[in-house]
Amino acid sequence: MTAVARAEGRSFSDRSPVAKSYRRFLGRASILMFALVIISAYLLPLLYMVTTAFQQPGQSTTPGAPAYPAAPQTATYQGQDYPVYSVPMPDGSTRQLILVEPGRESSVFVDPSDAAQTRIEWQGRWRTLQQAWTFAPIVDNFTTAWNQLNFPRLLRNTFLIALLSTIGAVVSSMLVAYGFARFRFRGKNALFVILIATIILPFQVTLIPQYVLFTWLGWNGTWLPLIIPHCFANAYNVFLLRQYFLSIPRELDEAAMIDGAGPFRVLRSVIVPQSVAAITAVALFHFFFAWNDFFVPLLYLSSKPELQPLSIAIQQYNALYATQPTLIQASALMTMAVPIVVFLLAQRAFMRGVVITGVEK
Amino acid sequence: MTATIEELEPPRPPARSLTIRPSVREALWGFVFIGPWLIGLVLFTAGPMLVSLLLSITDFNLVRPEATKFVGLDNYLRLASDPTIGQSLVATFKFAVLAIPITMVASLGFAVLLNHPKLAFKGPLRALVYLPVMIPLVASTLVWIGFLNTETGWLNAILRAVGLPKIDWINSEAWIYPALSLMGLWGIGNFMLINIAGLQSVPTELYEAARMDGAGAWTQFRRITIPLMSPVLLYNLVIILIGTFQYFTQAFVLTNGRGDPNNSTLFMNLVLYREGFIFNHMGYAAAIAWLLFVIVLALTLILFAFARRRVYYAGGER
Repeated sequence: MTAVARAEGRSFSDRSPVAKSYRRFLGRASILMFALVIISAYLLPLLYMVTTAFQQPGQSTTPGAPAYPAAPQTATYQGQDYPVYSVPMPDGSTRQLILVEPGRESSVFVDPSDAAQTRIEWQGRWRTLQQAWTFAPIVDNFTTAWNQLNFPRLLRNTFLIALLSTIGAVVSSMLVAYGFARFRFRGKNALFVILIATIILPFQVTLIPQYVLFTWLGWNGTWLPLIIPHCFANAYNVFLLRQYFLSIPRELDEAAMIDGAGPFRVLRSVIVPQSVAAITAVALFHFFFAWNDFFVPLLYLSSKPELQPLSIAIQQYNALYATQPTLIQASALMTMAVPIVVFLLAQRAFMRGVVITGVEK
Repeated sequence: MTATIEELEPPRPPARSLTIRPSVREALWGFVFIGPWLIGLVLFTAGPMLVSLLLSITDFNLVRPEATKFVGLDNYLRLASDPTIGQSLVATFKFAVLAIPITMVASLGFAVLLNHPKLAFKGPLRALVYLPVMIPLVASTLVWIGFLNTETGWLNAILRAVGLPKIDWINSEAWIYPALSLMGLWGIGNFMLINIAGLQSVPTELYEAARMDGAGAWTQFRRITIPLMSPVLLYNLVIILIGTFQYFTQAFVLTNGRGDPNNSTLFMNLVLYREGFIFNHMGYAAAIAWLLFVIVLALTLILFAFARRRVYYAGGER
């Protein structure tokens, strides 16, 4: 009934194909605009970080300074540098003028674009004027943080730790997922429930005995506690891979077995080639988990700067230089550069993997 | 333990093992493959859990392990009387009560928006919302500390621009939990993607039928979308709950582990870290870990009990 009422209210031109597609376009454009506004607000801190990282130290605390990286504007007059101010003129306009002779109640300005360099007498207190700023990004923050942090060493450490633990995690999870997906044995379902239940277990419960064990083994202050525990598969990875393996037709396994392939051979030449996407997702997830991990490196590597990954080093750097946001934001930007670039290149694999572990049960 | 033995002696190749029944052979291979996980379970989960339970009734510390004494339930009694534990429980619950609903609503809101049938460029937009998940937590916390800075941060600059007073986000007890919840928004990517998948699994016929019956968008969302997505929402809620009770990195980076302002960011995990690894009270820290475990387990079980009545499984009861 409402539909009828609405149709009567419409004028004839409203129902023309052009008006219809125009309205559809308007609807689509407005929802896209809405989404863009929300996402821009959501990512605004990133813009803050980039901006701050390119600023001169102290710009953010200078009154009247703009938000973008900028330096006070200067101009030359008779061979010397003078500051530039925004000067309100008696006629109501505002002009960018060089302050050449500051005085208490009146000052002398020169227009930088004026070839004759006519001196302009201005009545008023120059200290009340806004300084003119010019866009001036600097990269010094990056080079300073890079050198102070010994960034090449941090990158190498982080990369090696992440790579080694990823290899261990992927290989072990593949084996375990294959076991759960393809073999019948007593207690399999119960074991699988235990596997999934370990997701709920807070890692703190096992933390202290693990720490004691690793310290007793002499692994404290080495990379081993960051790598070895990951070589025994974990619930998220096994779950994701098992779901994938289950979707591969068993006939393929059987065909390979008739040709004389054993279980390892089936895994290598049938299962793995069929699930490259899932294995990539697991590898990427784990790589970034290891790249970003904070707690475990904090426990074992706090006092070993030469072995530390990025996360620990920039936290300690922040503790030292908390009052210098430009350096801190430059170091944060450098830390996130690698993960962000790799994510943007491989986003499909990531996002698909999340959905599998979360929904497909 | 059986798995360890079998790994040392893998089943023989088929040609020579004709005496072993195929079903037994299959089971043996199964244990060979899940072996790594079983060993890990014993070495890094079950074993340590048992040891941690034992440690929690001693005064063990790593500096003088030989002087360890059995102290009975002293550590647990101390938990009840330790004001720091009380404070950290209050802090953790206060934060959870604020952050969990915000995370749930924001991740569902983003999912609905980025799954809208009329929205163009869905893929790139979803990637943008997911992006902050990829940023190392330490780095993103540093970014937020700067962004929320009272004097130089942009959020206060925006508030000033619209005529609101500036807020001392990081250093006031009243605003620290909202500030941390805002930071937490950068972690919703996973939950948003799972919600999107949940939204897509709702059959479109249901919406069509509801529209025939004159249901508006909000009624459809409340009566169809939410009930059909309830298993997905429950999964997210459990994962978010666990994450909230293990909260550490952001709080640690914010105050270098001190728990400022006035112990309001001294979350349970931070207390555990301090007791175990700074003050070297490992027996006591083990007791704190068990308290944390019991709380998380209890809350998870309550959620599941609640879910038995409220969560709708389209494929029948599971």
